[in-house]
Amino acid sequence: MAKIKLGKDKLDKLIEICKSFNNESSELINVLHQTQKNFGYIPAEVQEVIARELNVSVAHVYGVVTFYSFFTMVPKGEFPISVCMGTACYVRGSDKVLEEFIKQLKVPVGQLTEDGKFSISCLRCVGACGLAPVVTIGERTYGRVAVGDVADILKEYQG
Amino acid sequence: MEQMIKLTIDNKDIEVVQGTTILEAAKIIGVDIPTLCYMHLEDLDIEHNPGGCRICVVEVEGRKNLASSCNTKCVAGMNIKTHSMRVLNARKTVMELILSDHPADCLVCAKSGNCDLQTMANNLGVREIHYKGEQSTYRVDYSPSIIRDMDKCIMCRRCETMCNVVQTVGALSAINRGFETVVSPAFEMNLEKSPCTYCGQCVAVCPTGALTEKDHTNHLIGDLADPNKTVIVQTAPAVRAALGEEFGMVPGILVTGKMVAALRNLGFDRVFDTDFAADLTIMEEGTELLQRLDAFLKGDKKVKLPILTSCCPAWVNFFEHHFPDMKDIPSTARSPQQIFGSIAKTYLANKMGIKREDMTVVSVMPCLAKKYECQRDEFKVDGDPDVNYSITTRELANLIKQANMDFVTLPDEDFDNPLGESTGAGVIFGITGGVIEAAIRTAYEIYTGKTLEKVDFVSFRGMEGVRSAKVDFNGLELNIGIAHGLGNARKLLEEIRDGKSQYHAIEIMACPGGCIGGGGQPLHHGDASIIAKRAAALYREDAGKAIRKSHENPYIIKLYEEFLGKPCGELSHKLLHTHYFDRKDVIE
Repeated sequence: MAKIKLGKDKLDKLIEICKSFNNESSELINVLHQTQKNFGYIPAEVQEVIARELNVSVAHVYGVVTFYSFFTMVPKGEFPISVCMGTACYVRGSDKVLEEFIKQLKVPVGQLTEDGKFSISCLRCVGACGLAPVVTIGERTYGRVAVGDVADILKEYQG
Repeated sequence: MEQMIKLTIDNKDIEVVQGTTILEAAKIIGVDIPTLCYMHLEDLDIEHNPGGCRICVVEVEGRKNLASSCNTKCVAGMNIKTHSMRVLNARKTVMELILSDHPADCLVCAKSGNCDLQTMANNLGVREIHYKGEQSTYRVDYSPSIIRDMDKCIMCRRCETMCNVVQTVGALSAINRGFETVVSPAFEMNLEKSPCTYCGQCVAVCPTGALTEKDHTNHLIGDLADPNKTVIVQTAPAVRAALGEEFGMVPGILVTGKMVAALRNLGFDRVFDTDFAADLTIMEEGTELLQRLDAFLKGDKKVKLPILTSCCPAWVNFFEHHFPDMKDIPSTARSPQQIFGSIAKTYLANKMGIKREDMTVVSVMPCLAKKYECQRDEFKVDGDPDVNYSITTRELANLIKQANMDFVTLPDEDFDNPLGESTGAGVIFGITGGVIEAAIRTAYEIYTGKTLEKVDFVSFRGMEGVRSAKVDFNGLELNIGIAHGLGNARKLLEEIRDGKSQYHAIEIMACPGGCIGGGGQPLHHGDASIIAKRAAALYREDAGKAIRKSHENPYIIKLYEEFLGKPCGELSHKLLHTHYFDRKDVIE
């Protein structure tokens, strides 16, 4: 019998989220969305609880979490940066923009800066192809981003 | 009435029931469309047709794309070509693409010669791989029973169906996306840390060398060559009903005598029978059943019924992981493998005048979970396991081939005594329903004091996943439940948990069909009718035995007189019974 430590507050919140979807296994993706919204990420212990509450295997939960790039098992930064890699953004140089973010922040895609402020991820199309290349930071969207803009954008958050 | 539809396959007109797939329809007219990921174990009602491998594609006139025949239903008027140039080219391309991400180590692969992928590549005439691309590289995951080498996985996902749908164990899932997709336990943890029961059904259906058993043959060859070791062997009932298949014999032929001869030729000092230990299990489990029944009927509130059998180590792992709240319900009797080991290293070692540590006990099992079971700490004395290791039916066949024996022409030989004599009751332990039938034969006679008129309990037999039967114990009606396959076991366990179970005793075996369909048996390659043939063979052996009730085995009677005392007595409890553990994760 192995013990998994999570903390009562977190556990109660998770049970509440699952209950709000009637503990239906078919609601797994919605449960994961709500969980990520609340906790910022979906670590292993959290997946164990969701599996137990929805009566599915934890392997299945992990399978779904790893299938969708939206879900993450590592915490995101205070200001999560997403660079669009959709076709329109890509052909207009979003890969170079991404490289610049990586260079300036010195962290690879999927990871958090040491101060916990920024994390970088890629996504596929935010539906604003007319603004390509597109970068989102938190809820804000930046359009027609050039490599030279990256430093200025970051400055807005570093004050 | 079922609606019939007409279509044409390879220029032949055919009429089929609506809902029939192209693959099934083709089979009716003798067209065997090649498949790779598809699996249909008809007798066991297990079907898997994800249409993922694309080997079974056919050309449907008027359709732009080729259709996967395993999951495309027939439509009236279809004109299908199963071997047009376009189809053959597509199949070959698909196979080459699969092979482009597969290690080319067939010559030294454990599955070589028995590999569906290899056979299919050969059948399709692939002689060159035109594609060079990225190669999957995963670490190999070793567990006490099963080895996972995912570089060899072709994502047929049969293992997932067995683990999640049939067995409801939930150890495996496809994870990640695109080229990175792989079948894995949660968080890519080792199988050993997952809820895997080691039932081995994933290994039994894996079409490649991605899932194989932990192989002890080299270790065994070393032990057999060591003059300081007394190496004794026990063979499980299901092995004799399947071993011949590895030597080209038709399924369902009993090779008990040849197997004994082969083991003796290999150099084992004594060749014994797990069936003897099965008889001993019945003495203990049957007595425990009667004790619990007696206390229950007298109104003892501490005593719970039903009693569940405990011979199957994958089943034990299953309830320890998934139903630990019910761990006091199964019988405490050890499995026949462990009962044999315990008696061998005490009673037999003493009789032979050798020290425990100089004796190596090997078991030949149809099972992968047995490899794990014999390593469990509670079955060791000062670190020395009662059963040193367990090899599968497949490993034994391999050893016999290495030792240059012409198995088919070997003259029959008999087991050694005293641990080689068994009754018909011990033999049927290998089939679903067999353990409870054996237990009832003995429990009935002890309880009623009467002789059973009819030893065969036909109502216990069959391949239905969950079965029930009633037995009249002198006016007391006993309700018996039987489940094979862990998904079916789960149904009965949930009934018990909900307080709805009607049963006094339940037999559970983890593998579909029981041990004859075990994860260590010769591969059936999708033909589940082989399992029924093995069952028939064991029932034949039972019917042919002079003694068919465990408590009449003269060597069992002698063992109790000379050594054990009485069933469920003090020494029996120490040597032949066990306890179970809660292996469920607790989150707080």
